[in-house]
Amino acid sequence: MSKETEKSNDAAAASATGSHALQFGTAWQYESATEGTDHFEIAERYDLFVDGEFVAPQSGEYFATINPATGEPLCEVASANAADVDRAVAAAKAALPGWKRKSGDERARYLFRIARILQERAREFACLETLDNGKPIAETRDVDVPLAAQHFFYHAGWADKLDLLFPGRVPVPVGVIGQVIPWNFPLLMAAWKIAPALAGGNTVVLKPAETSPLTALRLAEVFQQAGLPAGVVNFVTGDGATGQALVRHPDLDKVAFTGSTEVGKDIQQAVAGRGVDLTLELGGKAAHIVFEDAAIDQAVEGVVRGIFFNQGHVCCAGSRLLVQESVHDLFVRKLARRMERIRVGNPLDKNTDMGAIHSAAQLARIEELVAAGVDEGATLHQSSCELPGQGFWFAPTMFTNVALSHRIAREEIFGPVLSVLTFRTPEEAVEKANNTSYGLSAGIWTDKGARILWLADRLRAGVVWNNTFNRFDAASPFGGFKESGFGREGGRAGMRAYVRLQDGLSAG
Amino acid sequence: MSQSSSPVEFRVPPVDAVALETRAAALGTRSIKRAAKISGLKLAVAMMDLTTLEGQDSPGKVRQLCQKAKRPLPARDEVPSCAAVCVYPDLVPEAVAAVAGSGVAVASVATGFPAGRIDRAFKLREVERAVADGASEIDMVIDRGAFLSGRYGEVYDEICAVKAACGAAHLKVILETGELKTYDNVRRACRIALLAGADFLKTSTGKVSPASTRPVVLLMLEAVRDHYLETGTIVGVKAAGGIRTSKDALRYLVLVNETCGDLWMTPKYFRFGASSLLNDVLMQLEKERTGRYQRPVDFSAD
Amino acid sequence: MTLPVAKTYKHYIGGKFPRSESGRAFQPSGNPDINVTRGSRKDLREAVLAARKGLASWSGATSYLRGQILYRIAEMLESRREAMQAELRLGGATAAEARKELDAAIALTVWYAGLSDKLQTLLGSQNEVQGPFFAFSTVEPTGVIGVVAPDGPALTGLLALVLPVLVGGNAVIAVPSASAPFAGLALGEVCASSDVPGGALNIVAGQRAELAPQLAAHRDVDGLFVAGKPDAELTAAGADNLKRTRFCTLPAKDWRDPKLLRALSWVEPFVEVKALWHPVAP
Repeated sequence: MSKETEKSNDAAAASATGSHALQFGTAWQYESATEGTDHFEIAERYDLFVDGEFVAPQSGEYFATINPATGEPLCEVASANAADVDRAVAAAKAALPGWKRKSGDERARYLFRIARILQERAREFACLETLDNGKPIAETRDVDVPLAAQHFFYHAGWADKLDLLFPGRVPVPVGVIGQVIPWNFPLLMAAWKIAPALAGGNTVVLKPAETSPLTALRLAEVFQQAGLPAGVVNFVTGDGATGQALVRHPDLDKVAFTGSTEVGKDIQQAVAGRGVDLTLELGGKAAHIVFEDAAIDQAVEGVVRGIFFNQGHVCCAGSRLLVQESVHDLFVRKLARRMERIRVGNPLDKNTDMGAIHSAAQLARIEELVAAGVDEGATLHQSSCELPGQGFWFAPTMFTNVALSHRIAREEIFGPVLSVLTFRTPEEAVEKANNTSYGLSAGIWTDKGARILWLADRLRAGVVWNNTFNRFDAASPFGGFKESGFGREGGRAGMRAYVRLQDGLSAG
Repeated sequence: MSQSSSPVEFRVPPVDAVALETRAAALGTRSIKRAAKISGLKLAVAMMDLTTLEGQDSPGKVRQLCQKAKRPLPARDEVPSCAAVCVYPDLVPEAVAAVAGSGVAVASVATGFPAGRIDRAFKLREVERAVADGASEIDMVIDRGAFLSGRYGEVYDEICAVKAACGAAHLKVILETGELKTYDNVRRACRIALLAGADFLKTSTGKVSPASTRPVVLLMLEAVRDHYLETGTIVGVKAAGGIRTSKDALRYLVLVNETCGDLWMTPKYFRFGASSLLNDVLMQLEKERTGRYQRPVDFSAD
Repeated sequence: MTLPVAKTYKHYIGGKFPRSESGRAFQPSGNPDINVTRGSRKDLREAVLAARKGLASWSGATSYLRGQILYRIAEMLESRREAMQAELRLGGATAAEARKELDAAIALTVWYAGLSDKLQTLLGSQNEVQGPFFAFSTVEPTGVIGVVAPDGPALTGLLALVLPVLVGGNAVIAVPSASAPFAGLALGEVCASSDVPGGALNIVAGQRAELAPQLAAHRDVDGLFVAGKPDAELTAAGADNLKRTRFCTLPAKDWRDPKLLRALSWVEPFVEVKALWHPVAP
């Protein structure tokens, strides 16, 4: 599929929108407003964080992490092998008795302190995340970093109130926890995995994603700054092999993983029979349901937020739009127009709405599925935005005339690609929304309260956003039904996943 | 008048308040720097209806205002004139004389501004008189009492009648969104005014708080955008009241720029109704030119 | 003397009492005249289909109604006291043990009956999120859950695993004790006269080693609750559809301890937390 085809398809779609066309972009153009990055430094090389210190890997190996917006390397990061993982788990195990023994309010104080330091160093974290991940600075500044700090603050408050959370039951720490997180929200995922673990009295070995390890390593500096006892949190960087070595380590009491459903299943098999607790937060193919009585312009914004936020690299992205037939044409026209307004480009520019695709591999995956969508006969609409010449980029994309059987309607694309389907009745909307092996999230747009509650009750998804989408909060549990995983993160249910209640039950 | 001549039902899509405000807030985080800031601020000056609507207004005050509108920053030719001055009807002759030949228009509030609680005959008479005196723009207020009691047809009829009385003068319809309270009401009032032939939708009289807000203006921009796409007719939007800083003005311009686009990025289709805003914009322009922060005392009060 | 009418011990699937399609039977009591139908993979397949149907009506009922139906089960156990005790004795219990076990079974059922309409209160929450949103969490059934009961005690062992799953609104396919399936199968008869919707609880008798792996491997079974130590093969087989899998490691002596069995945390593995967000505006 050539670029020309894409653009001509788009032009055809635009000409179908009516004779009175809007024009944008010539009357007043914004200058670039690039966030400065001279207020912090990136070292040439980062070691593993084990037992409170940065230590060279026993593997002796390092790998480069790159800026997806330019393709240029940022620095080198240690590659942990099985021996390194072993050392980190041993450190976490050694730190466990001391950390468990600390009173709840003492643990709380560490977490509060970490939250505060993160807030103080917010700009540095936002910039570093944008450099390493490719997501726009407006998102790291307004979403990732503030939410990460909130997770520490929120869970700090649970550390000394676990007895109130599980009345009549005796919560005890799970033990040593291995955590593996993905590249789409590197700092936020680290925060929302580490904070409840520490609040519950557990110690942690966390593996950041191979392609976005830098904010986690900087978080290690925050832990040092906060005086967190050595070994309570350890970071091992590396690729999939490091992750495999970690989740299979015999001394773990729990594994918490966020990533693909395929790897999640592999982990469940790998730890089977050992009584290892498991929280899996996996893929999704969320339905975003728009009724004809919806607040249409706001629904358009919601759908845009649902699929183009974080370049669509969101497991709960609203990647399937189910729109009522009676408003399909209007809605698609509005959406196509709105897509054109998405500002794609330099992630460090404060006016950028959509940044770089995170990696070459992810870009290839998106391109493959988009090509499949075209092959299978869906109609492609793509923003005519200019894409930068270097780095990894993909324009905001929408498919219409999508059938439920198309790959683009079933497989998680994990990119800025929306598949539009239609429905006629609420029953049909529910049936189509649930017709997937995933069950992470769903969105509903209608002005009718009774219908919202009726639908919300029937949608098999762990998070249901009504007249909004992609909202996150430490106080609200997040996690999936079905093959989107199990266990929750955030809220009461999230805290539950980091304590044991001595109830005679054992995980598989 | 008991029966409306309007055959139209004023149906509008519902508005989700939180999502609307979220979008307005998100656009409010655009960072406007350097050349974009300068061109934006100059455009804001050119879009300004410099306004005085006080009981204490006098011919002298209006002459001062007109002078300021014609040459906001006398030493700097690159700073444009304001679009219009906006005054009470009785001061229209004074204003017309003062701006003669400058290109600055005279806008007059009318229809019993700001409450609009007078007989329709008086309203029309006031409009006719202001037009006859040389006002080329009429800022009418809608009958919020009729609107809030559901007599939409009456509101529509009155706008139609005022539009007819305007003749060649442009009609700005003040919705007084601070009294309509909900976005759904605002959206419906937009619809009524658009169907009745308004040339501009205007947020507020400035006498009710809140006056203009960014979510309300975003909503009005969406309404005129969709009206244009449906009919091909461009209707302008005037954000009036409560806009005091350059930063505010630029945020409004971002709303226009990203919602309606180039066609509206002109004084012909977007206006600010303001008084103290002008000096803040001038201060910012001077700061950009000189690189130094400015002080108010150096800028003429009127 | 009239020839006594011997009871055939059959499955309880979809509210009916079928024999195994395999035509096989086994004689767990040692008495060659007392046959128990022996479940097969295909019987489980039928049970899963029945459970899917049962799930819709069971999870669609109000919590209050589910509570009343569970209480009805307790009433039926009480009214069939003699018969149930006989089934327990057939499984090897002494008369005293049988009486004590039935008492425990009835008490446990009553406890869960009263829990039904309190789950949202106990496990749900209002979530105090930032921004103008009303956010709350509810719990919903996971779906169709396989239960593999301990070898003993024959009735409380089964009920201890089945009740927390049922109370969450799930449909159950239970494999009772292989050595003493009589009371477990009689539970089906109790349910059939307790307004339990057909398919909400299914009981398939047979060999644990044969049936448990089949339950684990079935992609339309959403969870597995198994008495015994963690079993790597079962969990690994279930990972194919990310089954929620829990093992109950209580030693046999604890199976009648009400403190341990009346446990909210036994309900939690088989309910899904759903978080809802709704904007708040005038």
